Amino acid sequence: MKLPPYAAVLKATVELAEDGHPVMVMPFHDDVIGRPGFLQGGAISGLLEVAAIAALQHALESEGGGRIKPINVTVDFQRGGRDKVTRAEGIVTRLGTRVANVEAVAWQDDRAKPIASARMNYLIARD
Amino acid sequence: MSGFDLARFMNRGSWGHGGRLGITLHAVGDDWVEMALPYAEDLIGDADSGVLASGPIIALMDMTTSLAVWKRVDAFVPHATLDLRIDYLRPATPGRTVIGRAECLRVTRSIAFTRGLAHDGDPADPIANVSATFMLPEGAYPRSSDRGAEQ
Repeated sequence: MKLPPYAAVLKATVELAEDGHPVMVMPFHDDVIGRPGFLQGGAISGLLEVAAIAALQHALESEGGGRIKPINVTVDFQRGGRDKVTRAEGIVTRLGTRVANVEAVAWQDDRAKPIASARMNYLIARD
Repeated sequence: MSGFDLARFMNRGSWGHGGRLGITLHAVGDDWVEMALPYAEDLIGDADSGVLASGPIIALMDMTTSLAVWKRVDAFVPHATLDLRIDYLRPATPGRTVIGRAECLRVTRSIAFTRGLAHDGDPADPIANVSATFMLPEGAYPRSSDRGAEQ
């Protein structure tokens, strides 16, 4: 899976779930800190976006691929991101011909206790 | 009470995610704040076009809208972003610095509402529209002198 250069700034890498679904993993490091001891909201948002795009690319693979253009993103910050590994996963809720609706969740210890979640709409240019 | 100097506050050196992205204070008005995100190749989100990733633009707007609240209440308060919505009006032009501009719409006891725009040179041709809400986990936002006058 081809990740954007920005994923390297976050030090985010892909881990595959049992069903082959991509999950982004990001360590806690100096370049993603906001206030001392906590992740910056932009870094969490960035990870959610990378996770959403990875999920969408994964879903598009079986349909011949396509280019992805972001329309909008709404992020809810639910808990402070602590000095721990953060994981994020995108879920494509609808893959249309022109538009995809994607949800993404970021968590640390417990998937059921997200630190942030987001809803994204993407425009798709089919290859 | 007008002791909060945004420029001095932001001049504490480069650190954290904002420092890594190279985000700096650009300009401050009575009721608005502008910050700058310089273009960099490692912030690209689409390798084919060279367009910046949306993450750095969200980081820029998160910081700018947060500063707009501190500017409004004339103090630093450790609040948290409750939610942030961004509409990508058009892709940022590769090579150009992105300017984020934000203002605080209203501050209640524990919630602050903001809005902002990002552009890459022409404020009349914005690249993104943002609204962000902040929350103070404990206590209340201070009342700045001009808000006191409204009461």
